[in-house]
Amino acid sequence: MRLKRITSAVAVSLVAASLAGCGGNEETSGGAAEDVTLTYWASNQGTSLENDQEVLQPQLDAFTAKTGIKVDVEVVPWSDLLNRILAATASGEGPDVLNIGNTWSASLQATGALTPFDDATMAEIGGADRFLAGSLAATGAPGQPPTAVPVYSLAYGLYYNKSMFAEAGITEPPATWEELVEAGKKLTTPEHWGMSIEGGSVSENIHNVFVFSEQQGGSFFDDAGKPTFDTPENVAGIKQYLDLIQTDKITNPSNAEYSNGTEALADFASGKSAMVMWQAAAGSLEELGMDPADIGVAPIPAPSGAAEDVASIVAGINLAVFDNSEHKPQALDFVEFMTSTPTQIQLNKTYGSLPAVTEAYSDPAFQTEAVETFKSILDDKAVPMPAVPEESQFETLVGTAVKNMLAQAASGTVVTEQAISEQLAAAQQQLAG
Amino acid sequence: MITVDPAPEAGTEARTGSTPVRAPRKRKRQWLPYLLLLPVVVAELLIHIIPMVIGVGMSFLELTQFYVRNWTAAPAAGVGNYRFVLQFDEASGKALLHSFWTTVQFTVIVLALSWALAMAAAIWTQHAFRGRGLVRTIFLVPYALPVFASVITWSFMLQRDNGMVNHVLVDQLHLTDERPFWLIGDNSFWALIVVEVWRLWPFAFLALTAGMSSIPAEQYEAAAIDGAGVLRSVRWVTLPNLRSVNQVLLLVLFLWTFNEFTVPYTFFGKSAPEQADLISMHIYQNSFVTWNFGTGSAMSVLLLLFLLAVTAVYLLLTRKKDVDA
Repeated sequence: MRLKRITSAVAVSLVAASLAGCGGNEETSGGAAEDVTLTYWASNQGTSLENDQEVLQPQLDAFTAKTGIKVDVEVVPWSDLLNRILAATASGEGPDVLNIGNTWSASLQATGALTPFDDATMAEIGGADRFLAGSLAATGAPGQPPTAVPVYSLAYGLYYNKSMFAEAGITEPPATWEELVEAGKKLTTPEHWGMSIEGGSVSENIHNVFVFSEQQGGSFFDDAGKPTFDTPENVAGIKQYLDLIQTDKITNPSNAEYSNGTEALADFASGKSAMVMWQAAAGSLEELGMDPADIGVAPIPAPSGAAEDVASIVAGINLAVFDNSEHKPQALDFVEFMTSTPTQIQLNKTYGSLPAVTEAYSDPAFQTEAVETFKSILDDKAVPMPAVPEESQFETLVGTAVKNMLAQAASGTVVTEQAISEQLAAAQQQLAG
Repeated sequence: MITVDPAPEAGTEARTGSTPVRAPRKRKRQWLPYLLLLPVVVAELLIHIIPMVIGVGMSFLELTQFYVRNWTAAPAAGVGNYRFVLQFDEASGKALLHSFWTTVQFTVIVLALSWALAMAAAIWTQHAFRGRGLVRTIFLVPYALPVFASVITWSFMLQRDNGMVNHVLVDQLHLTDERPFWLIGDNSFWALIVVEVWRLWPFAFLALTAGMSSIPAEQYEAAAIDGAGVLRSVRWVTLPNLRSVNQVLLLVLFLWTFNEFTVPYTFFGKSAPEQADLISMHIYQNSFVTWNFGTGSAMSVLLLLFLLAVTAVYLLLTRKKDVDA
């Protein structure tokens, strides 16, 4: 902190000296203002960090050509992004513009490190009504100005292998969870399993059980933001997930150790499983060698008689401006550019995600069957993760508990409702710290 | 000058019997040692002492995500963080206690295995034979490999369906019908021990080999003349000569293993299975992953106190034996 103050003091005196030297030459100072370089931390959306760099660079060049503002992009892997943001928050030295996972929005909003988009700021970047309402809901706690805007929208869908379904004589994707389990049993053969899951991944686990618990009418936080982990609905939601391995036996127990975020998808692509619950993945599946004609996608079905027909969380990536940025007006220009219709079309087309602004859907690239499925999920069947400051802790604690319970189920011990309830109570107690 | 500790000066005077008249000249010369010490004192302060003091300070703050941006605004928690982590009848305290015991068992087993392996290998390569250089080099390979690459390779080898270990155990040797899990469940503890021993023992081997090279050959000859076999000469010649090496080696191995973070983090990712939840991973989970730096610091301070206590007791005990011998 003190070092920063000294540095800024030195910087201020240098600027003062140079201004004095210039004798108030307005042209020079005007020129200096244009010579701004923004630092942008991009999340990894493409197939590799290099791929992201290649995809983003033409857009950044276009922005520089238009405004004269240079952008220095750094693609940060997901495993580091949150830690880097926390470190930047603690030190005050960070990027000007950054990508965040939209489920972190409320947690990061609470740190005060991100610039709030109040009505005036929102108007500067073209207004709030340009954005998809569902995605805009996942940008911060309700009742407070959002601290980010959506840039790439995503939702979970049920991917199924069309030719395996046809072979098993199933003509339609499952419309209820019971139908899904039944189809899964038919599709579990010595060659392949009904469903693959990324059971060792904390984030995949929490996203899945959150949706299942919403279907049951459950909730992990009450309206006042108090944790309510240990409820019968949440237990039922988690049990539905564990039962894939322990009762229905349509998921390979080995899936419990899948943790690097690609293994379940790779199993689906290579025909080791007939279904997988994943965020928009057609591009990755083709890259993994899957025949596009085999790829089918449908909303994840709810159990019959479900309380809510929920199929996904509101997933996606948000764009935020770091509050310590010394170039806020330019940073906002960049946010406006990144959420402008042409850029949205170009980037989301390449990444296989959905545009965050409604106008972009007029492009033919987003009028395919798969995109329409995802857009309808996002419009009608998606709920945001809890918008509470403890969201990250909640994801970690409950996601880890589910991971451990899956491991237990995989090694042959049945996890009872009683045991799930105890795990949830323990997770909630740890949140209190 | 004034802050200089008078004790060594008094000692010097007593030994040399110098008169008070000569004292000023001696004092002038005493600048140099302190000047030479200065860099290390500054470095020690910057690298160890100040971060440690900050860490202790943090443990008394309610340092959650609301305050990471401005630590000075974080409200004082008093001993609240300590009370929270030490409430052993609640889930958080139980988890910490469980993690602590897991780490104690892990450390004891890793230490015993690494030391025994290293000792055996060092004795084997103590006397020259054809190919000794090659054998020693092979033994040191795990220590020379980058941690990340080697531990990731281990995790691939230990996968349930496609891993090499299960391929050999189940498909080729037919030892079990059911494919065991190694990365999750009860076996994960033992899998982690194997990887840690594999990483650690070459260092012990290196230290013991160096120690053994300074044992005079005459002692072994004398033992042989007295009719001692291999076991007896190890017991009565090698081990006593390695006393001081072993004293330091075991302490260092203990501290490294107890604090081990890189290996489990690479092996399991962000969250380790309950059965292999080592204390440093547990603390990481409770501060970085859940954004609660106050409780994380409190746990770290408790860990520091524990390690300090163990080290002090260990050094006291082993020094006493030195005097007895």
